[in-house]
Amino acid sequence: MNRRLVTLAAVAALALAAGCSGTSGSGPPPSQAAQLGDPNDHTPVTIEFWHGFSDAREQGILGQALDQFHSSHPWITVKAVGAVDDDKIVKAIRGGTAPDVALSFTADRLGAYCSSGAWIDLKPYLERDNVEANMFPTAVQEYTQFKGTRCAMPALSDVYGLYYNTDLLRKAGYSSPPRTASELMNMGLKLTEYNPDGSIKVLGFNPTWAFYEMVAAHVAPTWGAQWLDSSGKSNIGKDPHWAAMVAWQKKFVDAIGLDKLKRFGGDAASTEFSANNLFETGKLAMNIDGEWRVAFVRSEHPELKFDTAPFPVDDSQPNLYGAGYVTGNSVGIPKTSKHREAAWALVKFLSTDTNALVTLSNGLRNVPTTLESLKSPKLTPDAQFETFLKIFANPGTTSTPATAAGSQNQELLATYLEKYQAGKGGDLAAGLAQVDKQIDEAIARGEKEGPP
Amino acid sequence: MGSGPLGPAPRVMTRTLGGRWAAAPAAAGPAVAPARRRARRRSAWRRRLTVLSMLAPWLIGLAVFFGYPLVSTAYLSFTHYDLLSSARWVGLGNYRYMGHDPYFWPAVRNSLWMICIATPLTVAFAFCAAQVLTKIRRGAGVFRTVFYLPTLVPPVAATLGFLVLLRPSGAVDRLLGLLHLPQPLWFDDPRYSKPALTLLGMWGIGSIMIIFLASLLDVPEDLYEAAEIDGANAWHKMRYVTLPTISPVILFAAVTGMIDALQYFTQGYVAAVVAGGQESGAGAGSSLGYPLTSTLFFPTWLYQQGFQYFNMGYAAAMSVVLFGAALVVVLILLATSKRWVHTAGGFR
Repeated sequence: MNRRLVTLAAVAALALAAGCSGTSGSGPPPSQAAQLGDPNDHTPVTIEFWHGFSDAREQGILGQALDQFHSSHPWITVKAVGAVDDDKIVKAIRGGTAPDVALSFTADRLGAYCSSGAWIDLKPYLERDNVEANMFPTAVQEYTQFKGTRCAMPALSDVYGLYYNTDLLRKAGYSSPPRTASELMNMGLKLTEYNPDGSIKVLGFNPTWAFYEMVAAHVAPTWGAQWLDSSGKSNIGKDPHWAAMVAWQKKFVDAIGLDKLKRFGGDAASTEFSANNLFETGKLAMNIDGEWRVAFVRSEHPELKFDTAPFPVDDSQPNLYGAGYVTGNSVGIPKTSKHREAAWALVKFLSTDTNALVTLSNGLRNVPTTLESLKSPKLTPDAQFETFLKIFANPGTTSTPATAAGSQNQELLATYLEKYQAGKGGDLAAGLAQVDKQIDEAIARGEKEGPP
Repeated sequence: MGSGPLGPAPRVMTRTLGGRWAAAPAAAGPAVAPARRRARRRSAWRRRLTVLSMLAPWLIGLAVFFGYPLVSTAYLSFTHYDLLSSARWVGLGNYRYMGHDPYFWPAVRNSLWMICIATPLTVAFAFCAAQVLTKIRRGAGVFRTVFYLPTLVPPVAATLGFLVLLRPSGAVDRLLGLLHLPQPLWFDDPRYSKPALTLLGMWGIGSIMIIFLASLLDVPEDLYEAAEIDGANAWHKMRYVTLPTISPVILFAAVTGMIDALQYFTQGYVAAVVAGGQESGAGAGSSLGYPLTSTLFFPTWLYQQGFQYFNMGYAAAMSVVLFGAALVVVLILLATSKRWVHTAGGFR
């Protein structure tokens, strides 16, 4: 009897082990190209589209664009599902329940989507329909492909620039925004007002890393700092622009005091996307932020007098002025899609149709992704928003390069920068070299074993 | 027993000295013995099947929800697995990488801090609170409820509440300022972030406090009276009566507290994300363990690897390490408990 029980247990264990090895998925290999269908097949079909827009206003605007799509493709009905994040998309792909089209709010997952085949390679569709990648700015082309595999198309972009309170600047005697990093520091210090107890009453500019959108990736393009060298290795310790940028930021922080800045910033996360945003309430004279802030200010504090400009650049590289950081949403077709032709029609529409992009841009106040749509006369004129369209079109505008380490390069750098800012980073050159080493290890590991 | 003329031979059973049932030689010949053995075997199988069928719901649950994930995790820890493509065998690669992982050891150190400092403080505070509550004569029910209430607050809401209270220029900060005391930055200062989380843990002691309270109220009064007759003061009564009597509960609190500390995630994660700022889009990650990785606990890093980077194989390896650590901690506690835990049977 005992022997039988032991046998039974062994069989059960083997079954469990076999079950575990079942994780060796049965999806198509990454290199497998998408199977093209018949683009002239107009059999009525309903496709499911998952996206991250959660706000009713945003969903309404997206609905307008989808109505336009249905008008031009009456045989395709789109069932849109909002407030979906990447975790849910991944789980659905694994479970075979993913939608026909998915829109991701982050570019950091694209390495995994493209290399694993979780989102199909769009190359056959692009070639068949003559969709040229150069209809998008170079930076946008970069963040929607991974090592030559284009498994996603861009659908609206986020561009970063400088917001400034015109009343506060005028009061301090300034008629124009800063154009260089040193001007930003001087103006920021002059604009800062203190309470009798020494705490900050009004801050000129908050240079603390991680305050709102003040992160290295968003500032690096204005210093010409390159993430990777030509061989794909981390370049942070080798590129002197990084060290110059970090030293400037530390000098700025020290001139005010990190503790004072932290006290003033308070719980930044809870105020950033609320009506208590320090820039919107007039407590912060200048701030780095995305183009979406224009719509937030108009909606939450229409009384605020503000303007926008490209973010100030390294004093020694004035030619960079006008460029900035860009990232954005990407839209693709999960491998489990059952209606790939219809799904491709929607992906193509959302990423390349000028009318759709203009509708979304006017409503959401995000940047439309094609160069053609930037010139559309239907784009609602708005001087503050137009700044971001110009930054977007600037050839110097860059994004964070996709690596086999995903977003770990940004996190490893951010961890060191936070330490250095607090005066605990030791020698800057040695610290940045150490960051390079850590990033290279993460990239090597990612390349050896697949992207994270 | 069958005894009809067409039935089997009468089963005349006698009991041997050893207590086993055996067929009486006079009543049953050698040909009958195999049939009886078969009948006994059938009966035994029926009994086993009955027991198994009763246990089946639990056994299935154990296999599906504990056994399978456990074996699966152990297997995945030897693979590279990103949830999207096939799991690929990498041997000990994930375990070796722990030595190079720049966040692994800070996460271990932070979790050890919670085990060695936060847990003892929380258990001690729960014990003290329960002790005080035993002394309250009027309104005891109200006070017990007040001390228990924080347990009902969801961890995320509780953490957000503490973030508001302890934020710069928040209520606590102002109060300290009025009293001319130092005003730390709490969740913005790596020296104070873990103590702030410990305060949060001490605030939510309700569950363990109630168990302490019950055990304190259960200490026989006559033991205290006997001690008093022997001239024991308050400290002696605590040292030689109360603590030994409730030592099994202290062991329980220590074991569950250690395991909770090893699995500490929600409060640290929420505090880091909220205090560290929230960036949208790419360039995020600055809030990882904010400030200065001081709130990056082992489970936080495990979650980051598994569900943010999709390094599910590495996350599985970290889970195995966590499981092993929990096992070792509990075994150590149980082994040492023989010296200081007094069981219900009396002193040993």
